[in-house]
Amino acid sequence: MRLFLLTVLNGLTLGALYFLVASGFSLVFGLMRNVNLAHGSLYLLGGYIGFDVAEMTGSWTLGVAAGFAAMAVLGALFQILIFRHMQGQDLRQTLVTIGISIILADFMLWIWGGDSYQFIIPDVLFGATSIPLMGIKYPTYKLFVLLSAIVIGIGLWLFLNRTRIGMMIRAGVDDRGMLQASGINVNLIFAITFAIGAGLAGLAGVIGGSALSLAPGEDLRYLLASLIVVIVGGMGSVTGAAIGSALIGLADQFGLTYSPTYGVTYTFLVMVIVLAFRPTGIMGRQ
Amino acid sequence: MPPPQFDTGNPSRSVIRLELTAGHLVAALLLILYPFGANDFFIVQIGAQSLLLGTVALSLMLLAGYGGMVSLSQMTVAGMAGYFIAILGTDSYNLGLGWPWWIVVPGSILCATVIATVIGIISVRTEGIYTIMITLAIGVALYYLCNQNYAVFNGFTGFSGLKPPAVFGIDWRAPLPFYYLSLAIAAAAYLAVSYFERSTFGLALQAIRDNPRRMHALGYDVTLHRIVAHVFAGFLAAVGGVMLVWYNGRISPGTIGVGELIDILIIAVIGGLRRPIGPFVGAIVFVLIGNFAIDLIDRERFNMLIGFGFLIIVLFSPDGLLGLWDKLTSMSRDARAEEWRR
Repeated sequence: MRLFLLTVLNGLTLGALYFLVASGFSLVFGLMRNVNLAHGSLYLLGGYIGFDVAEMTGSWTLGVAAGFAAMAVLGALFQILIFRHMQGQDLRQTLVTIGISIILADFMLWIWGGDSYQFIIPDVLFGATSIPLMGIKYPTYKLFVLLSAIVIGIGLWLFLNRTRIGMMIRAGVDDRGMLQASGINVNLIFAITFAIGAGLAGLAGVIGGSALSLAPGEDLRYLLASLIVVIVGGMGSVTGAAIGSALIGLADQFGLTYSPTYGVTYTFLVMVIVLAFRPTGIMGRQ
Repeated sequence: MPPPQFDTGNPSRSVIRLELTAGHLVAALLLILYPFGANDFFIVQIGAQSLLLGTVALSLMLLAGYGGMVSLSQMTVAGMAGYFIAILGTDSYNLGLGWPWWIVVPGSILCATVIATVIGIISVRTEGIYTIMITLAIGVALYYLCNQNYAVFNGFTGFSGLKPPAVFGIDWRAPLPFYYLSLAIAAAAYLAVSYFERSTFGLALQAIRDNPRRMHALGYDVTLHRIVAHVFAGFLAAVGGVMLVWYNGRISPGTIGVGELIDILIIAVIGGLRRPIGPFVGAIVFVLIGNFAIDLIDRERFNMLIGFGFLIIVLFSPDGLLGLWDKLTSMSRDARAEEWRR
């Protein structure tokens, strides 16, 4: 029973981390039909920059903020300099993101080398917390990851459903042309969305990098996670990303605990089953 | 319901005949004579490798160019064929089943084609960029499976000491036989795809790429056509994969890593996705850059060079080098026409 509970918690915290990465990926796709295959690179780059800032200032919180800000700026630049000029060309945009991910991966290897980096997290988040009713102790930091994913998820939901910009973004998801026709600066909305999506990847880079570590290859892992999460959950839906992340996180951890060598295969199975019944994902629309 | 038949004159002759131009003959002659003007390094490392990577990229060109399905898992299919060569045959640690080559080779190609079919069945349910994501996800999942599974795929280490069988008493690993075998396979694949382009099935597939709903309304089974395209492309990739594993002599998860899957896409896109010659042009450029980047730029930065090259091609010439070539020839043709008019 203890093992089972721990596995559930591990699955949920991993899912929380996946949600932080995948929600931005899903948001960008939903609005711009842009499959950003450089999303994993933004995760890793955000993590590295956050690490350097945290090292320099000695403040982990500043590192998180820097990871978010740096990637948000980079994301907005991508949108303004490149993707704006190829709107509606889905395949070309995807190919461009592949090119960017190759260059970024090599760039990061150049600057930060092949070593793995470990963050020093604040004392408050260090150690373990005992969970009432379940009678087990669990690392505080992982609970923090879970909590921050919930807070960010709710924040994102409120932003999309309760604010004016959120309303514009949702309108853009449904009908870009109509939104533009009603006199709204679509390019600005696109740049903002891309910035938020990329920023979330950078933020997840610092938070995830603190939970595990930062090393070359992590970009790929989180790109794959984002892909599977949005395929399972459905594109462009925050709720879908949340459901997808929880499912994939749980499948991964249960696989890892109960049949170690096939962990990844379980997440893959979940994807195939979902696709067989709902080709557009659980929350996806036809 | 069977697709309606239209009378289009005499299609069996005019549509299906291959266009063999002077260009083809010159290219064939050059490729056959090439080993006599090159050393072993250029014959195998550059020549044979380009032909084999070109064959795998050709399978992607077929899916993407004619079917509109950009599948990133073609290298996975090729790698699976290589894995089956090791699993069914012999390697240096005798981990495989050790069956004779005339079962191992067709068996490997068959198994890999079956995997390609399954990938096709899963991915054709989706459209456009979803296909890229799903095939990428499948490719990465199989990569992790090979990396973590020791019972069948021997995990991170993979297999080594894989060599082509000595058929007809010829050592197929020697540079000249290996080059000509690669050339024969690449040429057969090229001709097969050129034929495919003009076949009834190929035409239907291209029509489905352009307008699936209309083709569906005309009574064509859109899903089945797409799956069959995956089967054919999978077969080509599998044949290329068997040759590549003999070229490398070993196979490990690294052969089907994401970088390698994307390399195939890069090769096809650099060359051009419109015509079957594109992937081979792309492969030659890719292999040359890979081998000689060290002279231009720090060897460590090869990926950055190839990444920037890829980005520039995608940004400025969506049809790859072939597109550039077409633009140049049409420009010179226009210039000549202009002169003539004066």
